[in-house]
Amino acid sequence: MSDLADLTIAQASAGLRAREFNAVDLLDAVERRAAITEAHLHAYLTLDREGSRNAAEAADIALVGGDPRPLLGIPIALKDNMVTKGVETTASSQILAGWKPPYDGTAVRRLKDAGAVIVGKTNLDEFAMGSSTENSAYGPSRNPWNTDTVPGGSSGGSAAAVAVGSALGAFGSDTGGSIRQPASLTGTVGAKPTYGLVSRYGLIAFASSLDQIGPLARTVPDAAMLLEAVVGWDRMDTTSYHGDVPAISRSLDVGVTGLRIGVITELTGEAFDSQVTEATNATIDRLSDAGAEVVEISLPAIEYALSAYYLIAPAECSANLARFEGVRYGLRVDGSTTEEMMARTRAEGFGPEVTRRILLGTYALSAGYYDAFYGQAQRVRTLIRDDFTTAYGRVDVLVSPTSPTTAFEIGSKTEDPLTMYFADICTIATNLAGDPAISVPVGLDDRGRPIGFQIMAPALGEEVMFRVAAEVERLVDFTARPRLATSEVVAP
Amino acid sequence: MPVEIDIERVAHLARIALTDDEMAAYGKQLVHILEHAERVQALPTDGVEPTSHPLPMVNAFRSDEVTDPLSRDDALAGAPDVEDGYFRVPKILDE
Repeated sequence: MSDLADLTIAQASAGLRAREFNAVDLLDAVERRAAITEAHLHAYLTLDREGSRNAAEAADIALVGGDPRPLLGIPIALKDNMVTKGVETTASSQILAGWKPPYDGTAVRRLKDAGAVIVGKTNLDEFAMGSSTENSAYGPSRNPWNTDTVPGGSSGGSAAAVAVGSALGAFGSDTGGSIRQPASLTGTVGAKPTYGLVSRYGLIAFASSLDQIGPLARTVPDAAMLLEAVVGWDRMDTTSYHGDVPAISRSLDVGVTGLRIGVITELTGEAFDSQVTEATNATIDRLSDAGAEVVEISLPAIEYALSAYYLIAPAECSANLARFEGVRYGLRVDGSTTEEMMARTRAEGFGPEVTRRILLGTYALSAGYYDAFYGQAQRVRTLIRDDFTTAYGRVDVLVSPTSPTTAFEIGSKTEDPLTMYFADICTIATNLAGDPAISVPVGLDDRGRPIGFQIMAPALGEEVMFRVAAEVERLVDFTARPRLATSEVVAP
Repeated sequence: MPVEIDIERVAHLARIALTDDEMAAYGKQLVHILEHAERVQALPTDGVEPTSHPLPMVNAFRSDEVTDPLSRDDALAGAPDVEDGYFRVPKILDE
């Protein structure tokens, strides 16, 4: 493999230090890959050519001086709901078209401080609401394994970029599965950390009690390295966790001997692709052979997770998206009064899925309904959390498929919102519980579409979660690459 | 309970200017989605506390330090209409 765009972050970091190439070479390779693949994929909304060039040149100077920061000079992509100073940030919405934020979000700041090279901003479902990246106001992204299919969502642009090598790693946000499901559909690794572990300051808010920033990468160690660069308490986010952060990458090489692994019995059955179920079971068998003790675990309350989520997330979104009113940033549509201006701006600026969720949330929070909908959903959330707590009394981690299906055709689930919502059936419960979870690729189906395996851990259990994920990666040895990542593909 | 939605009132509360056709379409979809929420409402939750954060956090105190705020120019730079250092909007009160 001679193209630098095909390196893992660990390989690239080692190569930079060994002077085999420099950070500008690495950025050039990634931008060349983007030049070939973007016409097929539309993973990016914005390429920050000047900023990335400056960061790569600065990294090369620091590398000469022996600077040890592991992400120094590594080209990464950021989901476009992460606020970047001076670089257009739209969250894939018309209502923020052209907005150049006056500050960096905390995770962005920390990545810049780590010396990472930010290649650009990636496409998403508008305000991260969706599971396919089809809800972008700027057009859908496509899956590099098959461009007739979706890359998943809402972090579909980040996942597609990592899968194809137009970034060596990326960040997304996960409210109901928006990192893990696209990772599953694109054959990449994607992790949602414990709620509170990564500051949400500068993440354009969707559902604040669920949103978490997390990494997407080609390998488990790369994902761990990316996550380590952004975790930790932040004075700008009052929900961020103030204690010691987990030793995320300490046990990557330890293996699974003696670990107890729980298989969630509710996350299987007729609604799941048989090939997804087969690949999941095969992975569980390998973990068992590798020394883990495997038991079946029932979490009865997770049957209610999807319904509870579609009360909580829209309720919180309707409050969060009230800030888009045509006054402080973004789009304005004129009206004769301020209220008329606001209502017209919001009608024009929000796409259909965002409008639907704002209306749903507004209804669920309106007088007389708050306790019946939002309050009840938050109590059901406690029941789900209690089920997880009980389960983690018996096992170290829980496992399931990440997605009930592999990548689906563009347009195949856009008619009925509920069919799209079902795409997150395996991932939503961990957001409600606030726990960490990761998706690792474990194979391809007979149509060549990737299958992901999900590992869940108790809150702040990132160390054991990454430990199991790294073992899955070794056992499965998933080395397939999408055709678009190979050199025979040229720009159309 | 059967789901009934006064979609016109909801759209007004959300400050989204919808056409009649849009209101009819969204109204139907909302009823459809909320019917799936009925099973959540049917769950017995007497005495169950609501969850909003997985970690046992109560207050988030920090030291009261002076830091540099966003400058006025930076705060106004992304606004669609600005005058004399303020956000400018259409009239709010009828004379």
